[in-house]
Amino acid sequence: MQRTTMDLWVGLFVVAGIGALLVLALKVGNMGTYSAAQSYTLMGSFENIGGLKPRAPVKSAGVVVGRVLDIQFNPETFDAVVTMSIDTRYQFPKDTFASILTSGLLGEQYIGLAAGGDEVMLKGGDKIMKTNSAIVLEEMIGRFLFNKASESKDGNN
Amino acid sequence: MPRRIVLGIQGVGHRVIESVWRLGRASRFFMLMLMKSGTSMRRFRLIIREIYFTGVLSLIIIVVSGLFVGMVLGLQGYETLQKYGSESAVGTLVALSLVRELGPVVAALLFASRAGSAITAEIGLMKATEQLAAMEMMAVDPIARVVAPRFWAGVISMPFLAAMFSSVGVFGGYLVTVVLIGVDEGSFWSQMQSAVDFRYDIVNGVIKTCVFGVAVTAIAVFEGYDAPPTAAGVSGATTRTVVTSSLAILGLDFVLTAFMFRGMS
Repeated sequence: MQRTTMDLWVGLFVVAGIGALLVLALKVGNMGTYSAAQSYTLMGSFENIGGLKPRAPVKSAGVVVGRVLDIQFNPETFDAVVTMSIDTRYQFPKDTFASILTSGLLGEQYIGLAAGGDEVMLKGGDKIMKTNSAIVLEEMIGRFLFNKASESKDGNN
Repeated sequence: MPRRIVLGIQGVGHRVIESVWRLGRASRFFMLMLMKSGTSMRRFRLIIREIYFTGVLSLIIIVVSGLFVGMVLGLQGYETLQKYGSESAVGTLVALSLVRELGPVVAALLFASRAGSAITAEIGLMKATEQLAAMEMMAVDPIARVVAPRFWAGVISMPFLAAMFSSVGVFGGYLVTVVLIGVDEGSFWSQMQSAVDFRYDIVNGVIKTCVFGVAVTAIAVFEGYDAPPTAAGVSGATTRTVVTSSLAILGLDFVLTAFMFRGMS
């Protein structure tokens, strides 16, 4: 075979291979959602984070605005400190409410940000003051049963 | 009777010594090849030629099998997931199983039987027809001229082939589930993208394929170089290449998976 034809085929092969890797990274994987845009970090302490994991999405009005970077336990206040990185395009007021929500009944958990009405915006490294813990199903069922039991006791009396 | 037992034990000992010998020869051969790789790296044209034969000519089988594996995964995944009403997760299923396991492993198995066997047969026949000895007579090192370029060509081709296998497979899954069955296109891609992590899934898959590439081609060139210089010897060596490298791929895959995805959620 001609040397140049062979070179052409090998070149095409390598280009196609690199193209396939790029497709995997950008279209199949989450490299496309790693925005090159800068982000700033916010913190929030939660009484209970349920099943929240690092890299879980942070959503506001259903739109992904950032990701959970890190989750740590604070041994002094006995609550979980969640660090999240938020896209700089999105600014949130000081009195934004952060709660841990679940998408669907069995879906993954994420942090929902509900913007408040404050004039002052949160800056990088700030702490979100108003937080709402995750709903733990067992606790809810336990509370429900407890209420039921006390109700029936009242009924008997 | 005791004589027969002694003979049996002797047989076992002979086999063990023989395989230790072979392992030693393989390691020395591998080291020698790495040491002489610099010479063949300087003549990169030889490697390009071998990439054409091992990589480019394996493309068709890799792409076609990737397409079919992806389509079957899509069909089977849809069949099961729709029972739970979560058929939009079929994209995640197809992509994760291809990127993590099936892409690297099946591509490497195909590569071993398509290119590995050819490398062994070629080198074995060169040895049987005394071409390697003739080269040595002309002061051309057969390891630097014949063996090392084939090894490096295989190592370079393997990750590209596996990446193409995985991406064509994802496309096959898309074709069956979205175009044919009618799963929602948006949730197919978005669920896939939120589930497949670049670092944990794709980079680990690429690391696997690099390891498999080294293992398959190292086994292929050694079996060819070590083959008895007869017709039966070359055929036996070709068979051993396919068997040994398939087993090596599956064993290494278990070890790598145990290290990479242990405790990963």
